[in-house]
Amino acid sequence: MDKKTVVETTINGEQMEFLCEPRQSLLEVLRDVLGMTGSKEGCLTGDCGACTVLVDGRAVCSCLMLGVEAEGHKIETVEGLAQGSKLHPLQQKFLENASLQCGICTPGFLMSAKALLDDNPHPSEAEIRYALAGNLCRCTGYDKIVHAVLEASKASTSKAA
Amino acid sequence: MHAINYEAPKTLKDAVALLAQHGEKGRPLCGGTDLIIQLRAGVRRPDYVVDVKKIPELNQITFDLQKGLRLGAAVPTIQIYENADLLRYFPGLTEAAHLIGSNQIQSRASVGGNLCNGSPAADTTPALIALGAKCRVAGPKGERIVAAENFCTAPGRTVLQPNEILVEFQIPVPAPHSSDAYLRFIPRNEMDIAVVGVGASVTLDLEEDRFTDARIALAAVGPTPIFASKASEALEGKRIDAATIDRACKLAVEQSSPIDDMRGTAEFRRHLVGVLTRRTLAIAIERARMV
Repeated sequence: MDKKTVVETTINGEQMEFLCEPRQSLLEVLRDVLGMTGSKEGCLTGDCGACTVLVDGRAVCSCLMLGVEAEGHKIETVEGLAQGSKLHPLQQKFLENASLQCGICTPGFLMSAKALLDDNPHPSEAEIRYALAGNLCRCTGYDKIVHAVLEASKASTSKAA
Repeated sequence: MHAINYEAPKTLKDAVALLAQHGEKGRPLCGGTDLIIQLRAGVRRPDYVVDVKKIPELNQITFDLQKGLRLGAAVPTIQIYENADLLRYFPGLTEAAHLIGSNQIQSRASVGGNLCNGSPAADTTPALIALGAKCRVAGPKGERIVAAENFCTAPGRTVLQPNEILVEFQIPVPAPHSSDAYLRFIPRNEMDIAVVGVGASVTLDLEEDRFTDARIALAAVGPTPIFASKASEALEGKRIDAATIDRACKLAVEQSSPIDDMRGTAEFRRHLVGVLTRRTLAIAIERARMV
């Protein structure tokens, strides 16, 4: 019962293999098995979004996915956002806009925002707020987060131009 | 979470065989947005978790204008919202599916899981009932069809036996001048569980300005989702006017049996049933007039 399973998956572009028990969530695997502590544990019920990662480009609460379910899928976490020392535009705008205080919700917000911008590069403010509805922040009051995402969406345009 | 075994069968036949083998000790896994929480809380303690996301019949959407809609039980709700046919022909079911949770939940949660979890507050169940959806269930002895309004039997309980699996929903092509709508009341903007939900589907005779057919269903105002049959019958054949709709709203309220709980009082919920029935009918009628 509960034999450890080998899981093959791609995390932040890198093919990886890990060993886990079926009962371990993807969040647990990322943090405790792989040492990738960027994704945070908040509620474990899919309400707060602190554990948000991207699976095949879609935002998912990693606390509500088993590690074994990652087999064959593409996972993206906050650790994969920056390219070396070059921050992702979202990270840069979060810093510039003071969109974080304690920072525990931030990885989840960044990943949700990335999923949004990858799918809809120029969202309205209403679309941003709706897309981030699954992420809770106790510190900032959300406004600076929304502003940062708006600015990041514009920054991408000017880069491409 | 207690120790579990994980299996991911690739065919319906294999899944049925596994569930038959495990009986009470097995539980299917779709998106996991209800089950994993229950596993963690110890509310459900299966030894075997059978992932159904690799089974073709449960994970596809097929629609054509002859056979209608076959919606796989495990299809994530985000795929429903992104499907042009579903948006066009079943806007009520689509909006109900899209109301569940957040984007993160939408990536995983399924209509099948929503129904099988057996919550009386499930958002998609009234929309399914309003559309006359049939549930295709597979088990070791063969398959059976269960009408959506008969699927839930008590809070958290359904007609599904431990060795059975919900495969897909079958919904016929809407008749001309038909459409549906779903509304729910929640205290916040997103993420909440319905205080009251109402789904309505209508078919109109535009020449005579009458209802040919109507189905109204309610969420979160009883131990199971409720098919408001009396309210629905009260519309059939009648003129589309305020008096007819008033009567249907009153009958819908009468068929509801809400309780007081942390989400609202019974009195408030009865009031909401009337309001939301009126509004969903108005939306469904307006949509039906345009197709």
